[in-house]
Amino acid sequence: MNDALGGANSVLVLGGGSEIALATVRRLINGRCRKVVLAGRDPEALARPAKELEAAGATDVNVVAFDGLDYASHDGFVKQVFDDHGDFDIVLLAFGVLGDQELAEENGAEARRIIESNFTGAVSVLVPVVAALSGQGYGTVVVLSSVAGERARKSNFVYGSSKAGLDAFCQGLGDSLVGSGVRIVIVRPGFVHTKMTEGLEPAPLATDPDSVAEAIVDGLGKGSETIWAPAPLRYVMSVLRHIPRPVFRRLPL
Amino acid sequence: MSPELAPDLPGDDQLLSGWGGTASTRARVITPLDENDVGRLLDVAPPRGVIARGLGRAYGDAAQNAGGMVLDATALTGIKTIDLERGVVTVGAGTSIDSLMRWLIPRGWFVPVTPGTRYVTVGGAIASDIHGKNHHAEGTFGSHVHSFTLRTGGGDTLTVTPNDTPDIFWATAGGMGLTGVIIDATFDLIPIETSLILVDEERCRDLDDMMSRMSEGDDRYRYSVAWIDYSVRSSLGRGVLGRGDHAPLDALPKAARANPRRFAPKPHAVTPDLMPSGLVNDTTVRAFNELWFRKTRKHHHGLQSLGLFFHPLDLIDGWNRAYGPRGFVQYQLVVPFGAEDTVRFALELLNTERMPSFLNVLKRFGAQNAGMLSFPTPGWTLTVDIPVGNPELPRVLDRLDDAVLEAGGRVYLAKDARTRPEHLPLMYPRLPQWREIRAKLDPDHVITSDLSRRLGLDEPLPEAS
Repeated sequence: MNDALGGANSVLVLGGGSEIALATVRRLINGRCRKVVLAGRDPEALARPAKELEAAGATDVNVVAFDGLDYASHDGFVKQVFDDHGDFDIVLLAFGVLGDQELAEENGAEARRIIESNFTGAVSVLVPVVAALSGQGYGTVVVLSSVAGERARKSNFVYGSSKAGLDAFCQGLGDSLVGSGVRIVIVRPGFVHTKMTEGLEPAPLATDPDSVAEAIVDGLGKGSETIWAPAPLRYVMSVLRHIPRPVFRRLPL
Repeated sequence: MSPELAPDLPGDDQLLSGWGGTASTRARVITPLDENDVGRLLDVAPPRGVIARGLGRAYGDAAQNAGGMVLDATALTGIKTIDLERGVVTVGAGTSIDSLMRWLIPRGWFVPVTPGTRYVTVGGAIASDIHGKNHHAEGTFGSHVHSFTLRTGGGDTLTVTPNDTPDIFWATAGGMGLTGVIIDATFDLIPIETSLILVDEERCRDLDDMMSRMSEGDDRYRYSVAWIDYSVRSSLGRGVLGRGDHAPLDALPKAARANPRRFAPKPHAVTPDLMPSGLVNDTTVRAFNELWFRKTRKHHHGLQSLGLFFHPLDLIDGWNRAYGPRGFVQYQLVVPFGAEDTVRFALELLNTERMPSFLNVLKRFGAQNAGMLSFPTPGWTLTVDIPVGNPELPRVLDRLDDAVLEAGGRVYLAKDARTRPEHLPLMYPRLPQWREIRAKLDPDHVITSDLSRRLGLDEPLPEAS
């Protein structure tokens, strides 16, 4: 069960290899979390993080196979994981790809892969996840969105639009769930130093997975609906959002 | 986006939280109409089980049941029989202390134990084995109960008494509603001549002063409680000690003796529905506590209404909403006599971490009863209300738990919303015995609650490595 201060006994991670997700789970384990299920495309690769989470204090850690792009499997996957492991206080949706913007501009398949992983796949699994949480009468879905979804930039608009779609879906979903006991928490990190962004030029206010995790866990304690990481990005993005397009497109972003 | 939880059962889905307004969950809420109806509903319990709920004054998640059924006991109400000679009453478990007081005080009888609010049911009073200002002298509510009717999760309807079925009785008194649904209860009343309290109030300059006056003089009073303030470091634990007993008729001025047991309290104010977060902060708490400390005379002896003496917060309807939408945590600890330093440590820690709280309560508990999960043990009990929102709060309360545990103390399950499951068997050493009795009464785990799931009350959660 969730406790009064955002503490949770159990978490299901979709995209168990995500560095932000694992940093978040480690922080949850420092609190009350004991049961963790890591779901990902390559279960073997998740064995090591699973061991580390056990060493950190989780007592019931499991790894299951999950493919965000295999839409047909999603309903069955969710049913199975709740049947096998019982209630989840938190479901952390952390899978997605950054993709190759330049390639995606020329190659429809790459553009589709980004949209399908980050948006279609996420939506496809969110629907049964929310139904399962609704049936247990409570639960929090933490969704990793991105500041890139706040306003499309010419340098990464394919990724940005996929996150914009996910973000908008989750805002509406969260509002539709008021009164159900299920909450959707949208996380909008800025540039995060991870293996996904390795070799890229860091943006201003760049952060790291552990700082994002700290913001998430603090936000859960406060009952936040939207978590910006780092927090000042909220104000930066609110300015950027309102810059007229003729000016915005000339900015080196 | 959310289908109904149990569309074939009467009632409706509601989002429930405790009085602290935290960690709400959705359940099918149904109001059973009588004893047989309780049985019928338990027989068709959904897979996620059932818990009974009274007036929702437990601060945490004791009377909620995510995804399952919640039985609203407030139709199981009213006096079934009463012996006005001996002062023994049998009431439906959903009867509130408020109703009882309104009915009984004019007839010269009073409830044996009342907590800080009148808006609790008799069923809840037994399930939490509540205490009041007279614990040092007269024990918990459960200690005054002759018998109750219990509908168990296993399908039996039992008449439970402390003499014939002590195990079930003391598993249920303090058992947080998990041994079954209490249908009715028979308990002792105490005779009173008036509806006023003869009170001695003293202002105490700090914790030492407060504790020594309490230790020295509590035995002379039936009721005793202290309101203390930890917002000022130099006089940590200063406060107002209020002690008294029911006023005899001859203590009233002549004019008031015509109708000495008048009792018709009304709330003075209502908290607006929407309150912002952050109203309860370091600054407002300091200002409030300063005013409240100053308004009390150094020494005062006089008459006070029952409502003001026992239930000052009931004067403001919905006071819990003043904490805003995030709610608050009420933390109540007890540590044995001799562990005064743990109480001091708690106040120092909360002061240092700037965790503000209005009107904190300090009291001395008397002897422990046989309730397996009953909270009161001989010693000092401290209660604070802290708004949710400070990111350090979980760690600060964990540190308090550690200190309490080290001193051989415990926290109160009726207030708890966040303690560590691992600590439960250490705080409540009779837990294994309670689990055994509970399992016999309810082998299929029909009765359950969010509290039980969160702490693994019913069945232990996986142990931390």
